[in-house]
Amino acid sequence: MGRGGVRRALSRIGGAGYPSRAMVHPAPPASTIARPGDVVVETRALVRRYGRRRALDDVTLTVRAGECLALFGPNGAGKTTLLRSLAGLLRPTTGEARLLGERLPGELATRAHVGLLSHHSMLYDVLTVRENVAFAASLHGLADDDVAVDAALARLALVDRALTPVRALSRGWQQRTSIARAIVHRPALVLLDEPYTGLDVAGARALTTLLRTLRDDGAALVLVTHDVGEGLALATHAAVLVDGRVVHHAPTDGEDPATFAARYRRLTLGEEAAA
Amino acid sequence: MSASPPSARRLPSTLAVAWRLARKDLAIEYRTRSAFLASLVFAIIGVAIFYFVWDPTAVRTIDIAPGVMWTIFAFASLLGLHRAFGLELQTRAMDQLLLAPISREAIFLGKALSNLCFVLAVLAITVPVVLLFYNLPLGSGVVVLAGIGVLAAIGMVSVGTLFSSMTVHTRFAELLLPMLALPFFIPVVVPAAQASARLLLDRPLSEVMGWLELLVAFDVIFFVACLLAFPYTIED
Repeated sequence: MGRGGVRRALSRIGGAGYPSRAMVHPAPPASTIARPGDVVVETRALVRRYGRRRALDDVTLTVRAGECLALFGPNGAGKTTLLRSLAGLLRPTTGEARLLGERLPGELATRAHVGLLSHHSMLYDVLTVRENVAFAASLHGLADDDVAVDAALARLALVDRALTPVRALSRGWQQRTSIARAIVHRPALVLLDEPYTGLDVAGARALTTLLRTLRDDGAALVLVTHDVGEGLALATHAAVLVDGRVVHHAPTDGEDPATFAARYRRLTLGEEAAA
Repeated sequence: MSASPPSARRLPSTLAVAWRLARKDLAIEYRTRSAFLASLVFAIIGVAIFYFVWDPTAVRTIDIAPGVMWTIFAFASLLGLHRAFGLELQTRAMDQLLLAPISREAIFLGKALSNLCFVLAVLAITVPVVLLFYNLPLGSGVVVLAGIGVLAAIGMVSVGTLFSSMTVHTRFAELLLPMLALPFFIPVVVPAAQASARLLLDRPLSEVMGWLELLVAFDVIFFVACLLAFPYTIED
């Protein structure tokens, strides 16, 4: 075997290093784990302390299948801590978080239903786009890795960049790869921490369409964002966290972003909360 | 109304996940070669330094070479063991592993397997370099020496993988890892050096076997203990 052969063989060890011959199938059907209206994730009196500081304080929330909860709040309000708690990455100090009825952090099978997009890309920059997504798919034991990977790449318009190492991509394309990695296994609960960061207008529009499709397919979304317009465009419910406490939680009911933004400013300044 | 419990998925087996994880780590190391080259350069320079400071009229080659070989090997291995979890830290890729429906033991096995391949690759170059520098006769003993190397590597990798996960989040991870791991390397390095010395002196295999049994015992103890302890090192 020549040097090229060795290189090809070794490049495969990252998993699915070359394009699959499989057709790019449409995305697999929506999650059948939860029917519309079923509770996907809920917290009850959730408290998370870091030392003496309460990052989350008595948080009680419910997100059902087909719903999108937009979570707003100033820096340090506890939004990321809440997402990590919902993902089962953080244990509550008191209270509980349940995913599909099972108390988190939960069993292995429960974790298979969570997709997380965090501040960090969770990508391996030496590996290609496809290898990163394929690795994530392989961890979930999908029945057909290649089809799922192809579908995720197609949804994020990443097919043309599938063989590009992540380190050679711009921030926006890395973000798309990260999103593809997070949804490749079609999770019932998708947790998104500032997903629009680094995306251009086209990327943001594509992401909104994708998230709307996921939501309409029956996934529950929890979206952390500072962009009220983007958040409300997707959200069925909105919540505001201030100092770890939920100071507002209600259906959006097509609320005007400007009206919500004004309310958000009052809430974060403390006027309405104090009242 | 609460949803029904998650339906059964075809969750990957522990060994399958470990293999995928190891393949991924090896692919990354193959493309960067950073840790391997650093370990290799360290090993060759180390052997060279020991060679030039050694007084052949005071100490026989056969007496010093086994100790040099396994000491250098232990230090060179440590250079690479840090990267096992270091590469998961850069972009918090560890969260991806913790979120996936895979057991913590699978993560340990995968990391240990990739570390073992890495360490054996370093060993495969270090040992011939020592044999060349010190002009040691080996002959048919090469198979036994390879076996000693594999056993020593398993012990070091077990301990190194566990401590790598423990120290990766600390500020001085690359300093802390050797400080914690090296004391546990002693029970591996000593039998490996003793067995190698007897092998090089062409002593009967029965004299070597005693040290090999000790090496196997430490391997089993370290591997099982580290496998059981690992999940606690990555809990929040």
